[in-house]
Amino acid sequence: MLSYLWGFMIIFGIIVGVFNGNIADVSNAAINSSKEAVTLCISMLGIMAMWTGMMQVAKKCGLVASFTRTLRPVIHILFPDIPKEHVVNEYIASNMIANILGLGWAATPMGLMAMREFKKLNAGSDMASCDMCTLLIINISSLQLIPVNIIAYRSQYGSENPAQILMAAIIATCISTLAGVIFATTARKLVKRNRKR
Amino acid sequence: MKFIIYVSDYIMPFIFFYIIGLGILTKTPIYDEFIKGAKDGIKVVIEILPTLIGLMVGVGILRASGALNILSGYLSPITEVFSLPSELLPVVLVKMFSSSAATGLLLDIFKEYGPDSYPGRLASIILSSTETIFYTMAVYFMAAGVKKTRYTLAGALVATIAGTIASVIITKLVF
Repeated sequence: MLSYLWGFMIIFGIIVGVFNGNIADVSNAAINSSKEAVTLCISMLGIMAMWTGMMQVAKKCGLVASFTRTLRPVIHILFPDIPKEHVVNEYIASNMIANILGLGWAATPMGLMAMREFKKLNAGSDMASCDMCTLLIINISSLQLIPVNIIAYRSQYGSENPAQILMAAIIATCISTLAGVIFATTARKLVKRNRKR
Repeated sequence: MKFIIYVSDYIMPFIFFYIIGLGILTKTPIYDEFIKGAKDGIKVVIEILPTLIGLMVGVGILRASGALNILSGYLSPITEVFSLPSELLPVVLVKMFSSSAATGLLLDIFKEYGPDSYPGRLASIILSSTETIFYTMAVYFMAAGVKKTRYTLAGALVATIAGTIASVIITKLVF
């Protein structure tokens, strides 16, 4: 899937670039984007390491476990196939908490750890399990309650009331998450029903 | 509403204070644990780097060639159905690939129409309501070594479309 998408992006971009006479821009974009990716990763290294370090401390002193207990009923509804005391519960809980708080860069490492555990639960298959699909859909549907960066940009560009959109944004986020959750649970049920046949 | 921004300044320091404070109270070897966790974090980033380079080069080429504008031109009949201003379609499309690129387009709209205009508000709300689809999928599935992603893309698109339509309706109703 990603191979096709990625291939399409490059082939289509180059063809269009030739027809538009933008081919010099295309070469520059390729070079600059690869540099940008490295720069992004370097700045991410510090932030990620800082956060995973903090999370490790939080885990050791039992904080994550207590958050996980709070979120457990929600996680159980969304991911019914996970064994009850499995470590993946903690990763999902931390991923959700970081997402809700708007700490996207903190949510990613926990999400990736959860994916690795899901892979083990899925016997190392290269096909996504239902749990993986649900986790991805929830992450993409955005759980962030307060879009701090957008409010900051708005005030930077002279909005009279930068946080005016807040309530509308919260409602929109809830609707996108709800739609994602409904889709994921329905798809999971359909998959199970097909397997039984 | 400055209160919200004020509160968000406190979120991270508060989390750190709470974690470290609890660590000291429970006599956890906090520094050693921090170092251990930080090492794991670095491993995760290093593993993401190749993915990130590949994806950002793809998006960079697509953007520089003008292909994104052509795509939004073809999709403009769809935007009319959802009463989405056509200048917002590139934002919605680019957001699926890269949230930093979408932020660039958002700032363009703020400059052009102002943050308190209809396109300005709608773009703010749309960008708040969803995450980057392809980037998130690439990073998560590559970390797990999964090739067949099944219905993830469909579900992500459903959530994104629902969020976008909801944003349009709410913006029209509220403002």
